[in-house]
Amino acid sequence: MTSLLVIIVLVLLAVALWQLTKIFDLTQVGSTSDSSQVANDKDNHLQGYLMFGFLAFLYIFTIYGLIAWGNLPLHTPASEHGGQVDHLMNITWVLIFIVQAITQVLLYYFAFKYKGKEGQKALYFADNNKLEALWSIIPAVVLAGLILYGLYAWTNIMFVDEDEDTIVVEVYAQQFKWTARYAGADNVLGKANVRYIEGVNTLGVDLSDPNAQDDIVVSELHIPKGKKVHFKFRSQDVLHSAYFPHFRAQMNCVPGMVTEFAFTPTYTTAEYRDLPYMIEKVSHINDLRAKKSAELIAKGQPGLDPYAFDYLLLCNKICGASHYNMQMKVIVDSPEDYKKWLANQESLVKQVKASLEQPAEGAAATEGEVKKDTVAAADTVAVAVK
Amino acid sequence: MSAEGHDHAHDHEHEHHHKETFITKYIFSLDHKMIAKQYLITGIIMGVIGISMSLLFRMQLAWPEESFKIFNVLLGDKFAPEGVMANDVYLALVTIHGTIMVFFVLTAGLSGTFSNLLIPLQIGARDMASGFMNMISYWLFFLSAVIMLASLFVESGPASAGWTIYPPLSALPQAIPGSGTGMTLWLVSMAIFIASSLMGSLNYIVTVINLRTKGMSMTRLPLTIWTFFVTAIIGVISFPVLLSAALLLIFDRSFGTSFFLSDIYIAGEVLHYQGGSPVLFEHLFWFLGHPEVYIVILPAMGLVSEIMATNSRKPIFGYRAMIMSVLAIAFLSTIVWGHHMFISGMNPFLGSVFTFTTLLIAIPSAVKAFNWITTLWKGNLQLNPAMLFSIGMVSTFITGGLTGIILGDSTLDINVHDTYFVIAHFHLVMGISALYGMFAGIYHWFPKMFGRMLNKNLGYIHFWITAVCAYGVFFPMHFIGLAGLPRRYYTNTNFPLFDDLQNVNVLITVFALVGGVFQLVFLYNFFSSIFYGKKAEQNPWKSTTLEWTTPVEHIHGNWPGEIPEVHRWAYDYSNPEHDVDFVPQTVPMKPGESVLHH
Repeated sequence: MTSLLVIIVLVLLAVALWQLTKIFDLTQVGSTSDSSQVANDKDNHLQGYLMFGFLAFLYIFTIYGLIAWGNLPLHTPASEHGGQVDHLMNITWVLIFIVQAITQVLLYYFAFKYKGKEGQKALYFADNNKLEALWSIIPAVVLAGLILYGLYAWTNIMFVDEDEDTIVVEVYAQQFKWTARYAGADNVLGKANVRYIEGVNTLGVDLSDPNAQDDIVVSELHIPKGKKVHFKFRSQDVLHSAYFPHFRAQMNCVPGMVTEFAFTPTYTTAEYRDLPYMIEKVSHINDLRAKKSAELIAKGQPGLDPYAFDYLLLCNKICGASHYNMQMKVIVDSPEDYKKWLANQESLVKQVKASLEQPAEGAAATEGEVKKDTVAAADTVAVAVK
Repeated sequence: MSAEGHDHAHDHEHEHHHKETFITKYIFSLDHKMIAKQYLITGIIMGVIGISMSLLFRMQLAWPEESFKIFNVLLGDKFAPEGVMANDVYLALVTIHGTIMVFFVLTAGLSGTFSNLLIPLQIGARDMASGFMNMISYWLFFLSAVIMLASLFVESGPASAGWTIYPPLSALPQAIPGSGTGMTLWLVSMAIFIASSLMGSLNYIVTVINLRTKGMSMTRLPLTIWTFFVTAIIGVISFPVLLSAALLLIFDRSFGTSFFLSDIYIAGEVLHYQGGSPVLFEHLFWFLGHPEVYIVILPAMGLVSEIMATNSRKPIFGYRAMIMSVLAIAFLSTIVWGHHMFISGMNPFLGSVFTFTTLLIAIPSAVKAFNWITTLWKGNLQLNPAMLFSIGMVSTFITGGLTGIILGDSTLDINVHDTYFVIAHFHLVMGISALYGMFAGIYHWFPKMFGRMLNKNLGYIHFWITAVCAYGVFFPMHFIGLAGLPRRYYTNTNFPLFDDLQNVNVLITVFALVGGVFQLVFLYNFFSSIFYGKKAEQNPWKSTTLEWTTPVEHIHGNWPGEIPEVHRWAYDYSNPEHDVDFVPQTVPMKPGESVLHH
């Protein structure tokens, strides 16, 4: 930090010095001026060709990018609505590429073609209403199409029909981990508020709420294939964003508020691992990891494990120093496996009871106090959760 | 216009202005030309700091496990022990980089410099409406810059919640160390910055409305003035909203109110906050934040329009359409802020509305892009460095703007929101484009500012390296963004899923380092040309606008005698009714000459 301070002081000194010398400079007014620093025909010629060269660079770079990195972007969506998102995305990309290709060619080609020459006179062409109408109306029509399709898809994705048969899962965010709560047999989540947080009840579930009796809290997210999962997001501290890239799903988690998103998984984890594109991607990643691992071992450090694909839930809203490592594994099971897994989980109430049976010193004394504060809070949450 | 009375007062004043002390001339100057230079130099210094920070965190992203001595030298033992950058310092660098570049370089450095320099010169005024307020505006800006830099040196580190400073992260020191004193200084600095910006903007608006010279009707103004004027209006409308958000955040942080906070459990305890909403802050922030990107880009558009016309030796194509599109963009810019919040938890119906308004902006933007391209068509292009940067600006504006169609569409935004795709988009469309506009402006008006010319060959080198590197940095970012890589991650090594993106990250950093280092060519050219550059001619680019009718050596009051009268629009280049290829605005219409641009 001191060095940075020194640098800033030096810069300020340099500025002061400049201002001083400027005064001396001003005393020498009236010396000759020339136009040697204005572009002449030679410059225009060279720069014109460079403009053309840059157009080539842009095209080659784009094509190179598409070949070298074209397999990096997310591929086959793993959710029902994901297909719609990707379809709209592809249409948009086609449009973008067409417009980009045409406009960049025109721009740089004109810069090359009409490079200045001594004695050449430009065309006085100040206005043309027809042309301008053309390039206002065409984008307007194209955009109208995109907007309509986009809004149709958006409405489909974002508005969850309350009567629909869904599995309700709460995703709970805190610095820097995710937790999931399942609604249990009644498919209704118990009320919750951070003011109930105590001991193993890390999500602040209101244990007196009848709906909370069968709630299950886990640190690994399992969801069944082919069934709509209705996520309810909460956060206990700062903003987080629950980002499921493979499912084309994302929603911010906001303290003091419940947010929602719903999607239907279409591939189990095992099925998704077997997609040809994923096999290729994983083997490529493992090649890279093997190479790096060898380097590490040569340096005497532990090597890297080979990678197997798993769906992930990432945090995608800056949430603190360890934001870069806030993740949770998401497992899509077949409906039968999902049922089996869920049946093996212990409910929160049982976990709490088990922890209370072990002697906890001092915990009981403060309990009454905490309860009092939370009555008002529980009401507001009840409204929010509905 | 009421120019005459004004002239008289200034002519009188002019007599007394020869004996100025160093302090009144160079430091507390009331002269708009000197204030413009002060803005520019301060902006350049802030730019050097902001860009250097980006190079540091780019190195961290490319080689996350390496230790760099330079980290330790620049950041010290606390923030980079043994040359390894700490994870919260990464976030601090990202935050301050964004803040400095958006506000201090591309708002104050760009708009402050060129609005101050060009508004009086191009409309034919002796100075700004209030020279004193103008001076205060600069010094408040300077003060805010000093406070922002001072925040780098506080014990707990500078603000680290991202340049958007969303609470609760920015409100709670328990959440991240930078939200302690660092954040307080950030908020104080921004509050002062906003005061500075408002004073500047009010001055610009009043000057453009009241001090135009005889004959300078609104439809004869150069497009630069139009964009500065509209930018100032957007600033006056939207900056106070950020100020209110900052004040409410200060209340939440220091006085225990709950505007933006509710139901928080952190560091093992429940906080008292109840009933506020972080989403409210997002609304207030983006009500400025989105117009802000137009505050940044519109002046660049104006500069580019002017430079393109001059160097094409052609009138700007569709002058009136250009004005209309600036007005349309300005209007729409105030009703699209919600596209930053599609997945913030606000009602999805609002998402539909904001998608609609956002995509509408593509129409005036398309008009501008096509009008620029048509301006080049059949021109006699003088490919000066300023012209190259202008063409580059149109190119990056199109490339970056097109991906806005994806991000502005709520459905598509779901999956690319807050990924590197967003970074690629906004750096191209407002970062690089505005920077190019600023460079173009500096190359073009340097002779007006310093009476000397920048070296053109260094200018060419500067442009071509920058052009290649800018695309080299931001084009590949689209791919890693589409791969789902979130922004603001200190390292991606915890996700084997992203291992195949690492090569791309290294490539991006190499381009960034090369591009960053080559900005030294510009710095050298800029500072050495101030002293040793070739003396400038009065009108080196053979331009029609009024600023080139003033003497090369600056005088207070701009014109030695009467303020010239204006007889025509600003774009009479290659007018077939004249033999020369440019007709300055001061040349009276010939008998029977037609007004061609209507």
